[in-house]
Amino acid sequence: MLDGILLGLSTALSVQNLFLVTMGCMIGTLIGMLPGLGPMSIIAIMIPIAIGIGDPSGALILLAGVYYGAIFGGSTSSILINAPGVASTVATSFDGYPMARRGEAGKALTVAAIASFIGGSVGAILLMIFAPALSSVALLFHSAEYFALMVLGLAAIAAFSGQGNVAKAVLMTLLGLIMATVGEGALFNVARFTMGFPQLQSGFGFITLAMAMFALPEAIFLVMHPARSGKGDKSAAIGKLRITRQDARDMAPVVGRQSLQGFFIGVLPGAGATIASFLGYAVERNLASPAEREKFGKGSVKGLAAPESANNAACSGSFVPLLTLGIPGSGTTAILLGALISLNVTPGPRLMTDSPEIFWAVIISMYIGNVVLLVLNLPLIPYIAKLLSVPRPFLIPFILFFTLMGSYIGQNNPTELLILVLLGIGATALRMADYPLAPLLIGFILGRMMEDNFSRAMQLYRGPSFLWERPMTAALLVLALILLVLPTWRSRRERKRKIDTSMGD
Amino acid sequence: MNDMKHRILCLAAASTVAFAAALPVAAQQTYDRIHFLVPGGAGGGWDGAARGVGEALTAAGLVVNASFENMSGGGGGLAFTYLIDNAASNHGTLMVQSTPLIIRGLTGEISQTFRDAVPIAGVLGDYGALVVAQDSEIHTFQDFLDAYAANPDAVATGGGSVPGGMDHLVVSLILEAAGVNAEDVQYIPYDAGGTAMAGLLSGEVVALSTGFSEAVDMAAAGEVRILGLTALERLEEFPDVPTFAEQGAEMEFVNWRGFFAAPGLPEEEADAFVATLKAMMETPEWEAVRARNGWTNIWYAGDDFTEFLTNQEEEMREMMTDLGFL
Repeated sequence: MLDGILLGLSTALSVQNLFLVTMGCMIGTLIGMLPGLGPMSIIAIMIPIAIGIGDPSGALILLAGVYYGAIFGGSTSSILINAPGVASTVATSFDGYPMARRGEAGKALTVAAIASFIGGSVGAILLMIFAPALSSVALLFHSAEYFALMVLGLAAIAAFSGQGNVAKAVLMTLLGLIMATVGEGALFNVARFTMGFPQLQSGFGFITLAMAMFALPEAIFLVMHPARSGKGDKSAAIGKLRITRQDARDMAPVVGRQSLQGFFIGVLPGAGATIASFLGYAVERNLASPAEREKFGKGSVKGLAAPESANNAACSGSFVPLLTLGIPGSGTTAILLGALISLNVTPGPRLMTDSPEIFWAVIISMYIGNVVLLVLNLPLIPYIAKLLSVPRPFLIPFILFFTLMGSYIGQNNPTELLILVLLGIGATALRMADYPLAPLLIGFILGRMMEDNFSRAMQLYRGPSFLWERPMTAALLVLALILLVLPTWRSRRERKRKIDTSMGD
Repeated sequence: MNDMKHRILCLAAASTVAFAAALPVAAQQTYDRIHFLVPGGAGGGWDGAARGVGEALTAAGLVVNASFENMSGGGGGLAFTYLIDNAASNHGTLMVQSTPLIIRGLTGEISQTFRDAVPIAGVLGDYGALVVAQDSEIHTFQDFLDAYAANPDAVATGGGSVPGGMDHLVVSLILEAAGVNAEDVQYIPYDAGGTAMAGLLSGEVVALSTGFSEAVDMAAAGEVRILGLTALERLEEFPDVPTFAEQGAEMEFVNWRGFFAAPGLPEEEADAFVATLKAMMETPEWEAVRARNGWTNIWYAGDDFTEFLTNQEEEMREMMTDLGFL
């Protein structure tokens, strides 16, 4: 293995390749900041250029830089303007955006950069050690287990509900699940709930819904409460960039745990970074002390670090099935697989023996991509964060522009804008009534995957018997039940204890 | 250098011949611009085909500028509606479509059929294939048939389309051609190639109905065995891969990708499109694009294309009726 690492290092550390990875990181970060252009589209755009390089290692190194850059760029738009362009950075906005509003945009970006860096690096190291061994683990999961995993993700919704809002959160989750059923289902090519609009035949677009739930209501609120945005919002100042020693101490265990957990979830094809980030957030919230738990959703360093390290580690994890089995676990890795094949590299069990230099170059380039990204971005953060010092009257149209552009660009379809505005109005109304919107988006994201896997399992077993016949499915479902009941049980116990102590007075 | 010149001469000769045959009056023209209408999102199969053809056309100097417009929705029907509604202003537009146009036209998902536009040419295609995992007990198509006869549920077959979609129909066509009732086939739909492959390797499904080019990539990685391909004759490039025809299931299926122009397009303009595409197919630039993407050339133009589509529609209609999807 050491030979392999050295081989990879010598390939990746050439002047040309270092230049490529730097370019890739820069392009990825810049384009990734625009909501609507996620890693998938950016990599698709870069593929012809990468293939033009001719040398597979160089091409891969460029693409790895673009990949990591784009993920980091996506976090930036989540934190600064509450506009997550990719599903895996939705959880980033839960605490990142409140931090930015509190005037800690610089710190939030730094936390995100460091958590991403550690997540990505740990992921790359784990990939190096475990890739061959883990390839079989990735295959343990059948549709039944994926279904149970999605249920687990949904059960974690309670974590996003805040206090006393469990009923509302569950309601919004259900609404999200219902919205996920719009369009053609997995088992029948019949359009459902499209009300005759062909634009809805493939369902609501993720980016449109994300923009409508998060960014658009935010902009509308800023317009409606100019006083609040002028005074209460201190983000005009970028705030301090440095993270305190206390922050570092808070972050360390979270990042450590989530780098590991994220990586292993990322190994499962199809689960990937999104589930990793949601579950990471939920797990950390459950592990936190009651006082800290209060801060989640209001700008907690832990709440920001958890999804950021988890989604980056999961991205590294998704390379396990890609490189060892040739199975792309996500849309992005599917595009990377296409690029590899056009470079005459066929990922699979033979890759490591047939062309070890490429296998190792990929892994090392991922690591270098992470380092370059950190070195490149830390000094840039003050300038990126300056975006928020733009006076509100100018910033609002800016947010609106990116929101609208983001949802238009993926589909090139003007109807998407109408859908966006209508959903945005609905979301604003819900927000005014104090309904949390994150569970809706999560329900929507997980609902599709859950339904697909559920219907596959149902068809394979010709009924629901997979729920008890497959031990791992049952175990995951029990875990989900615990996750669902735990917060309620905990708060009941606390209430009881309070009563007990007051009785004792 | 000489070789290059020779190629260009050949090319010029070939396109002139093609042209002369099609339409004696028109001369070979270079387009300033061809606009490609892609009924799906960026990065998909239609998108790849349109952009590949656009790239080859511009690189070969047949077109100065190729522009692309992605218009997804309605399973490809939205772009079709747009082309019909704006036919007069879209004479310079080529819409890319593929086999699902036929299937979705039959189910009524798309309200148009290929007859509502002007079929220009089918330029690339992919045969279907049935693959099993490398360590599977099923070694030949006959093994598969035997297992199916014993218990259809034991050979669950996955694919990348919905039930009643292309991958399902292909496996059904193969079984019917082998004289077996395809109604009992346990078809499991996956959303994309990646998850379907994971399903196969994890043992959730026993076989996979997939495109031949994808099957070749999987086989090259040493993970799957190809039971057969849906061509009538073995392919020159892959002499070791047996066809279903030689294993007792006389059938052929090609998933085509081709181009359509707006209805009401004057005949000479349609012929000019055909000639330009034909000329492109013989350029080294196209060969580079084709090889890079692992596509197979096909060529059905004008009336041949319409006839090919009519035949495929008839086959699909029969199969879908048998399976109860119509």
